[in-house]
Amino acid sequence: MKESKRYLPRSVIVAMATVIVILGVGLAANSTTTTVLMASPAMAPSHGPGDVDYWGMVFVFLLSAFIGLGVIRRVSRLLHTPLMSLTNAISAIAVVGAILVAGPDYPIEIRVLGLIALFASVTNIVSGFLITDRMLKMFKRD
Amino acid sequence: MSPSFVELFYLVATGLFVFSLHWMNDPKTARRGVIAGALAMAIGMAATWAQPFVQNHGWMVLAVLAGIAVGWPLSRVSLTAAPQRTALSHAFGGLAAGLVGTAKYFAWLGDGPEALTTFRMVAIIAEVILGFITFTGSLFAAGKLQELNWVPQRPVTYFGQNIFNGLLLVVAIGMGAMLVNDPASEIAPLLFGGVIVIALLFGILLIIPIGGADMPTVIAILNSYAGLAAVAMGFVLENKLLITAGALDGASGLILSIIMCRAMNRSYMNVLFGAFGSVAPPQEGGEQGEYRADTIESASQIMEQANQVVIIPGYGMAVAQAQHKVRELYDQLLKRGIEVKFAIHPVAGRMPGHMNVLLAEADIPYTSLLEMDEINGEMPQCDVALVVGANDVVNPAARSDEASPIYGMPIIDADKARTIFAIKRSKNPGFAGIDNGLYFDEKTWMLFGDAKTVVGDLVKELSGESGF
Repeated sequence: MKESKRYLPRSVIVAMATVIVILGVGLAANSTTTTVLMASPAMAPSHGPGDVDYWGMVFVFLLSAFIGLGVIRRVSRLLHTPLMSLTNAISAIAVVGAILVAGPDYPIEIRVLGLIALFASVTNIVSGFLITDRMLKMFKRD
Repeated sequence: MSPSFVELFYLVATGLFVFSLHWMNDPKTARRGVIAGALAMAIGMAATWAQPFVQNHGWMVLAVLAGIAVGWPLSRVSLTAAPQRTALSHAFGGLAAGLVGTAKYFAWLGDGPEALTTFRMVAIIAEVILGFITFTGSLFAAGKLQELNWVPQRPVTYFGQNIFNGLLLVVAIGMGAMLVNDPASEIAPLLFGGVIVIALLFGILLIIPIGGADMPTVIAILNSYAGLAAVAMGFVLENKLLITAGALDGASGLILSIIMCRAMNRSYMNVLFGAFGSVAPPQEGGEQGEYRADTIESASQIMEQANQVVIIPGYGMAVAQAQHKVRELYDQLLKRGIEVKFAIHPVAGRMPGHMNVLLAEADIPYTSLLEMDEINGEMPQCDVALVVGANDVVNPAARSDEASPIYGMPIIDADKARTIFAIKRSKNPGFAGIDNGLYFDEKTWMLFGDAKTVVGDLVKELSGESGF
């Protein structure tokens, strides 16, 4: 497939840079305040607010976004519909968040929200991967 | 399972997700990609579930089973309905993100406000707004694509629409800022509810002014939002797997929507706020000639004498489910030694790659499917261009008529072929409501009728004459 075009218009680069800068400035401002509030809440999956590596998360986001752009732009145009249903299934990784909310010993209302989210994500996982495979089976060379 | 092991499994899952997308670069390895993705998902899910603080197993298993029960039939829908299904699952993804954000906010509010740091609040607000916009937006997009009665099909516009929407967004962001400033004030839960309601409403308002021809772009944008909502969830839950997988998804949606915008020569902003197709196109009185309709018999005779036939499919082929008849036509022409190719415009259909999937479903080898850029150079040598239910993507007004709403959009040069046959359902203009000069070209013959019937008749005519 043709590859020669620039895939990122300047506006998108500017927008991404802006988001990163805002995140960074916000973090820099935030870290000075949170170290004061070192009280650690007891709920299981969360650490105390002070000892979280926010910067690490921003780095992870930035790098994986670039890996994503690099990998996706090489995807064959033939496969854009399956690509979309595959990434759809991958974005159902929200299932991890749903388990983290539905699992621990939270009040019942919160767990119910988690359970609904779990249901919605599993629906996406099952239908997303299955339909992608069904479509890809149809692509034959001759 | 100890936290380091969980992280290790998350790392493996992330690697598999990257490979999964990498293998999509070729149809030969693509199915491996699905297996890698599903494996990564299973690993991520199992590692999360196996942590000691996760209890409540009975209810969670029930939710998973319910998800499987709904997901299974959704994966069996016909491929013509693939755009609706995709939009619907974006809605599910947005809902999940929004609900997890809401749940986490109230959980931390219950723990004590010191857990609600500025960083977490910003992330939660971003997650909830993105999640719920994606939820209602995708639901409405799915409704539009399914042509449900209660969803307006034509773009809905009113005076001051963009100003109203903009104000709404400003209000939502203002309420979000108040929440970040004081996450545990007395009115905080109310403000939080307000943000959710506005996000839900905004999702609807974002979709109703958008016409069917813009659906590929909008679906791609919603795909990207669903990924970004997962990233925000990752920031909220301090979970790196959510961040990496969400970023991959967000990047995919972003690239697809950029490709779609390019293919229509329009900017992002123009798609979202332009209400494409609602403007009445300037009518040039009388000077456009008459349609010239042709019979199936003479059309098939001309096709038989061709050396090269290029078939240009569009949404009309999907609506009429004509892809299998097109395959029969393809076989009939090949049997006569005629070279047959398919010209695929990036925005043909209602989602990126829609035509490729439908033609693959009909067993047409993907080596015969050519992109617009690859086929356009060959069009002047092409004897017959057969337009099956495509309209805007072959409209020469995009090249010449500066007043046309589609001016500047790259098109497939069907008008450069020696003879053009256009199959069209009725004499009305297409989805975007724009008249198509190609139909009045002196080389063009119209074949009016349902795409499936017309192509079927062509096949019958061709096979009858060949004496089988």
